[in-house]
Amino acid sequence: MRTHELIEALAADARPVPPAAPPRWLALAAAAGAAIALVLVLAWLKPRPDLSEAARGGFFWVKAAYTAALGLAGFWATERLARPGVSARTAALVAIVVVAAFEILAMLQFAPMDPSARLGALRGASWQVCTRNIVVLAVPMTLICLWVVRQLAPTRPMLAGFGAGAFSGAVAATVYGLHCTEATFVFVGVWYTLGVAASGLIGALIGRFALRW
Amino acid sequence: MDDLEARLKRLMLDGLDGDANAHRQLLSLLSQRLRAYFARRMSSASADVEDLVQETLLAVHLRQSSYDRAQPFSAWAFAIARYKLIDHLRRRKIRETAPLGDAEEFLAAELVSSDDGLDLTRALRTLPPRQQALIEDVKVQGLSLDEAGAKAGLTAGAAKVALHRALKLLAERMRRADA
Repeated sequence: MRTHELIEALAADARPVPPAAPPRWLALAAAAGAAIALVLVLAWLKPRPDLSEAARGGFFWVKAAYTAALGLAGFWATERLARPGVSARTAALVAIVVVAAFEILAMLQFAPMDPSARLGALRGASWQVCTRNIVVLAVPMTLICLWVVRQLAPTRPMLAGFGAGAFSGAVAATVYGLHCTEATFVFVGVWYTLGVAASGLIGALIGRFALRW
Repeated sequence: MDDLEARLKRLMLDGLDGDANAHRQLLSLLSQRLRAYFARRMSSASADVEDLVQETLLAVHLRQSSYDRAQPFSAWAFAIARYKLIDHLRRRKIRETAPLGDAEEFLAAELVSSDDGLDLTRALRTLPPRQQALIEDVKVQGLSLDEAGAKAGLTAGAAKVALHRALKLLAERMRRADA
C-alpha cells in the first residue's frame, strides 16, 4: 500500500480528540484500583479494630499523607511517562523529595531511641507481611494502569512501567493504612516505602514486555 | 524550521479538533520528514524505510491522545519516530549504525522519495474482508467514508467505528508481521 493512500484512510478516520484524556483515564484507574484494594482490605486483611479511634489520632493521617503524596507524584510521573517527548524529571524529583523528607523524620525519631528499643520500632508487629501486603493490594491497580499507559504512547517501557507500579503501590499503601496499626516513622519509612518500590519494580518488569507498541 | 514547527503544530491542533483536511496535510508533511529521517539511519535496508514511515504514521494517528497541547509538535512526533526506529532495530536485531539524531535534525533532513510499503500491504490482507474493503474504498477509490460505508451496508456511525477498528488492527498486525 502506498503512503499517500494510507494517509487518505487516516484522514477519513479524523475525529475530535478530548484534550485531557490521559490524566482522566489514570485517575479512573486509580479509583478502580483503590476500590479493589479496599475490598481486599475489608474481606481479606480486615480493617484495624480501633479504626475510628485511630482516625482521630495524628499518625494515622501522617501515614496517609505520606503515601498519598507519593501517589500524587506517581500519578504525575506516570502521566508524563505515557507521553512521547516530555520529561518526567520534575515529577520524579518530587517523589524523591517526599521520600527523603519522610526518611529524615524517621531518622529524627529513630536516632534518639534507646538502642534496645530500636529493633522493636523497626520491626513493629508486622514487618514480615507489610511490604508483601502492599504489593498484593497494588497488583490489580498496576495491571489497570499498565493497560491505560499502553493505550497512550510510552517510549520508555520499563520506566513507564515503574511509574505505573509505584503509583499503584502508593495508592494501595494508602488503603492499607486502614488495616495496619503500626505507628512509627521508621516502620513506615522502611516497609511502606519498600512496598511502593517493589510495586514499581513489578510494574517495570511487566512494562518491559507489555508496554511495547 | 520554527516556521515548520508552528505550521505542523497548527495542523495538529486543528486535526485534534476533528479537521480531516488539517489531519491529512499534517500526515503528508510528516511523512516526508519521517522518510528523510529513517532513510538516513537505515542505508542498508531502504525497503524498510517506507514500512517504518507507515507504521509511524499509524502510531501518530492512533495515539493522538498522548499529545500534550502545550508541547512542541516536533518533540512529540520525533519521540514516536525514534521509538519506532529503535523498536524496529530491536525486532530485526540490527545494531544501530548511525546516531539517533535529535528533533532539530528531524525537521531539517533532506527529502527522499518512493512511498510503497510491503508490510502494510501484507497486514491489510490479514484483515477481515469487510474491513479490507472499507480501507480500499476510502483510500484507493477515493470514496468518502459515508459512501464506502453505504457500499458495505453500514450506517455512517458504524462505518466510522469499523474504520477505526480496522486501522488499529492494521497497526498491530503490521508490528507483529516482522517479529
